[in-house]
Amino acid sequence: MSDQHHRPKFRWHIVVFLAPAVLVYTAVMIYPLFNTLRLSLFTEVDQERVYVGLQNFRRLFGETVWSDQFWNALGNNFWFFVIHMLVQNPIGIALAAILSHPRLRFAAFYRSAIFIPTILSFVIVGFAWKLILSPIWGIAPGMLDAVGLKSLYAPWLGKEAYALTTLSLVSVWQFVGIPMMLIYAALLSIPDEILEAAEVEGITSLSAFWKIKLPLILPSIGIISILTFVANFNAFDLIYAAQGALAGPDFSTDILGTFMYRTFFGFQLQLGDPHMGSTIASAMFAIILVGVCIYLFGIQSRMRRYQF
Amino acid sequence: MTNSKLIGALLASTVIAGAASAEDVTLTIESWRNDDLAIWQNEIIPAFEAEHPGIKLNFTPSAPAEYNAVLNSKLDAGSAGDIITCRPFDASLALFEAGHLADISDLDGMANFSPVAKSGWSTDDAATQFCVPMASVIHGFIYNKDAFAELGLEEPATEAEFFAALDKIKEDGSYIPMAMGTNDQWEAATMGYNNIGPNYWKGEEGRLALLAGDQKLTDEAWVAPYRQLAKWGDYLGDGFEAQTYPDSQNIFTLGRAAIYPTGSWEISGFNNLADFEMGAFYPPVQNAGDTCYISDHTDIGIGMNAATDNPEAAKTFLNWVGSSEFATIFANALPGFFPLSDAPVTLEDPLAQEFISWRGECESTIRSTYQVLSRGTPNLENETWNASVAVIKGEESPEDAGARLQEGLASWYAPQQ
Repeated sequence: MSDQHHRPKFRWHIVVFLAPAVLVYTAVMIYPLFNTLRLSLFTEVDQERVYVGLQNFRRLFGETVWSDQFWNALGNNFWFFVIHMLVQNPIGIALAAILSHPRLRFAAFYRSAIFIPTILSFVIVGFAWKLILSPIWGIAPGMLDAVGLKSLYAPWLGKEAYALTTLSLVSVWQFVGIPMMLIYAALLSIPDEILEAAEVEGITSLSAFWKIKLPLILPSIGIISILTFVANFNAFDLIYAAQGALAGPDFSTDILGTFMYRTFFGFQLQLGDPHMGSTIASAMFAIILVGVCIYLFGIQSRMRRYQF
Repeated sequence: MTNSKLIGALLASTVIAGAASAEDVTLTIESWRNDDLAIWQNEIIPAFEAEHPGIKLNFTPSAPAEYNAVLNSKLDAGSAGDIITCRPFDASLALFEAGHLADISDLDGMANFSPVAKSGWSTDDAATQFCVPMASVIHGFIYNKDAFAELGLEEPATEAEFFAALDKIKEDGSYIPMAMGTNDQWEAATMGYNNIGPNYWKGEEGRLALLAGDQKLTDEAWVAPYRQLAKWGDYLGDGFEAQTYPDSQNIFTLGRAAIYPTGSWEISGFNNLADFEMGAFYPPVQNAGDTCYISDHTDIGIGMNAATDNPEAAKTFLNWVGSSEFATIFANALPGFFPLSDAPVTLEDPLAQEFISWRGECESTIRSTYQVLSRGTPNLENETWNASVAVIKGEESPEDAGARLQEGLASWYAPQQ
């Protein structure tokens, strides 16, 4: 009886506090996302938008003109991701481990210096590296010459065999600060008692890192991996800034983002096709969704967490 | 209540504004040529307004890369200007088909233009015209006169002479024979393939035959330019694979290269940068005495928004754009962008004079990939960029390139099937 009288009031403040974020997020993210998915089911015939169901997807995967480009872009994207996972994240972890060393001098300086490229615009990074690596004005040939390794120099960005790897490494250079910062924070949160207890047991320095710190920062590494995955499969800017929308040489640096851009907005004489563009965007969304789901349900749920 | 007052005030202000400008019609011009803003404001607009009191012009350019998207959204929203600068071929044709550009076939000024000049802005059957041709760019080779004098070279007229000159420059070693890179891709196609190609496919004759399906990209006339391009690779500077368009421009204007395959649009920029004397020669022909063909590519047109409130004033302006007075002002303000009208024009810049003089010596054509052929997927223009680069780098044989392009074109273009 008295329950009814004392039923808690509807908590309006929750709605009020949530509203701005929900509204903004809906307007700039959720609505465009679903509209893109919807757009991929249409095509344009004689200035009219017509519903065609999954025909655009059949074209994308069934017609070689489209599917060749799609698989090429997807393959390149995987390579882009693999380089980040193999180079960026281990280096990030190593840097964090070194930075968290209590006796390292100028740690704050190194931390900022390594993190700064992350906040630079892609255009600046792309342009600066293009100049550094340029066979004509660049300092790369000169520097290699100075140490007698001129023969190792090649116009990397212009060679099909090297261009994508080179750009991946440029991207690694730019973003290595992010895993470094996240791991650094995770390392700092490991209580000293645990390390001291280990020291008493005779586990020090490197083996302390492998046996104690690494297992404790695994959840952070998982988060970094998934962030890298999402960022890499959404990447576009660096390739566009360095190689243009045709992602040369011979599409060897074409990733899903540049393929989508070229199709959606058109390029040079190629007129934009928003419907095929949306189809590619939907495929990208699906790939990222699957990747994130595998991580969430397959990996994160099994990961052990330690509470201090 | 406040609302109705506000609306009243707004209405009143429109009436007042309308009354004030009742005598003067203002035409707003949409354009991507923001580089030309000063020329329009200082030369073109005053000249027009002095002659046509009662019509005011307002030139409102946007950034070139954004122009198509901005214009499309403005047209859809009904807020676009009265006069619209037209990109050549399909971009403008799409606007006309969507009802955004007015049919101006019966404009008096149209009589001053040749069919080639008009082809960039007419329907596929050439029956309807929707933009007045404004300017074209001519392809050729610019060279460093000082370097040529130093090495005792003459302007090459035939291919044999051309490669002999390149060999000599390479042997001497003080200059890079030719400044071109393949990083940005379009140079290889635009300044390479479409620059030298017309000599092989005989300009309009070959281009129209390709459009009609009578010739194929695997024919000798269309593969031979690739064969010449394949030889270019040896004469480009070290690391040309990663050399960009601005790199090439700088290498040439700094005097480090002898020859620069290009188009006339570079003239005004290069005049300011190079401190040596520049000359130009048209693409060398195969055998001495052959007719030469040049790519005289239609680049800028100007048309009328179908939804304009002032169609009469807009037509007056478009007619004036077709006149020799406009042609003279425009051509001299922007050496390298040549007026397309048949009206006589006097040019002052010597390099520009050289380029335009080829119109008398050679047959004009436009870039082969622009009309109709780049409408489908795969896009022939983009494919040509890719193929030209691959051929120059030696990664694809000229025959394979031709076969690949033909296969792509035939996949969607009915006359080639």
